[in-house]
Amino acid sequence: MKTIVCRCEDVTLEDIRHTLAAGYATVEEVKRYTGLGTGPCQGKECMLHAARLCAESDPFLGTPFTARPPLAPIALGVLAGEKD
Amino acid sequence: MTPTARAPKPECDIAIIGGGVMGLSIAYQLGKRGVSDVVILERGYLAEGASGRNGGGVRMQWSSEENILLMRESIELCRSFAQDVGINIWLRQGGYLFLARSERERAQMERNIALQNRCGVPTEMISADEARAIVPELNTTGIACAAYNPHDGVVFPWPFLWGYAREAMRSGAELHLFTDVTAIDQASSGFVLHTSKGKLRAKRVLNAAGAWSPAVARLVGVELPNRPHRHEILSTEPLKPFLKPMVSLLSSGLYFSQSMRGEIVTGISVDDVDDGSVKLGARLQFLTKLAREITSVMPRLSEVKVLRQWAGPYDVSPDGHPILGEPENIPGFYLCCGFVGHGFMMAPIIGQIYAEHLVRGTNHEVFRRCRLSRFVEGVTEPEQMILG
Repeated sequence: MKTIVCRCEDVTLEDIRHTLAAGYATVEEVKRYTGLGTGPCQGKECMLHAARLCAESDPFLGTPFTARPPLAPIALGVLAGEKD
Repeated sequence: MTPTARAPKPECDIAIIGGGVMGLSIAYQLGKRGVSDVVILERGYLAEGASGRNGGGVRMQWSSEENILLMRESIELCRSFAQDVGINIWLRQGGYLFLARSERERAQMERNIALQNRCGVPTEMISADEARAIVPELNTTGIACAAYNPHDGVVFPWPFLWGYAREAMRSGAELHLFTDVTAIDQASSGFVLHTSKGKLRAKRVLNAAGAWSPAVARLVGVELPNRPHRHEILSTEPLKPFLKPMVSLLSSGLYFSQSMRGEIVTGISVDDVDDGSVKLGARLQFLTKLAREITSVMPRLSEVKVLRQWAGPYDVSPDGHPILGEPENIPGFYLCCGFVGHGFMMAPIIGQIYAEHLVRGTNHEVFRRCRLSRFVEGVTEPEQMILG
């Protein structure tokens, strides 16, 4: 059975366990090593679960990764002022 | 890389300040040469600084012979990275396509291409129509000509750090994350570093702290002329592979490429206040400026959605060239900084050259050219091909 933690990027619980075992222990590193939180929702669904897993060995390691703007995906044309 | 609470060992041969790609590449190359008594001190997590925030471009298109030759070698090292270091860096040599709008840019392009050809780099001057044959979605209105080198490319930056760090540690180096250096005392035979995890005595110190390197140098009373500069970048939703080269406009500094994950990764320069501090905040002003420029040159991208934006700190030296070697009055304190926005792509070759320098005392020409004292001597030749 597979447990999906990040649905945008198909990152499983096993992927995260593997990443932690390889020594990438902070949420920022788990994000970079697995791609977790880099899809359309930018971690809104998965970040908390990843943080909890990282914090198991040391609460400091569970520090959330920096949230990146924009809040939701926006088309380049909208940002360019071409359309609403 | 698990940040350990333990203190660094009390003494070492070489302490490297900055666990970015530059410090780690040097540590890896030192390990390959049997030098294992190395401690790397990184203030944040692995890849927290510019090494984890750049667009991953690797190119041989420069305006100076030295940089062209260095980058030709660095890209060769990227090509064998998987075999040498044992990790996939996702190198994709889709070329770099520089677009010129004005006659002044065309003239500059002609000079640079002639020099690159003399250095064995097959860059070609092509017409706007030929550029559109490489990237059919380009709007070439107002484009005078283009320069294309098919051997330039893009990499995925993070595996460089993972691979170098793992191999350096395997050969005996210590890597300490979340470890600040707060003071450096000069001792009779070397230095004493005061860190947030205790004291470390080192025979030699290497400052590879990137945008933070002027602050590190100040700890031994050395004033460096390089300044941190915020450079912003964004990533879009992934698309199926369609864009072969990295494309860049000389006029605005806009660049964009498609990563192996399919995202469009793109950046542009935006003015900023220079107060000497490292700023990493993301701004709406960047998003709108970039969106206007990229949708004008690639109209088809207007439907594509931005997923995230971030900033990374350039380490800008006055002439666009790095600062290497020891300041005259502080032997044993080595500088490896001022790489502007191209330190990442140069790290593979610089690591090799610097390790040779530290181990065997060999003096590659780059140490003479990039000495700190050139700024007071007034013998600088600015690099033109700086983006952002």
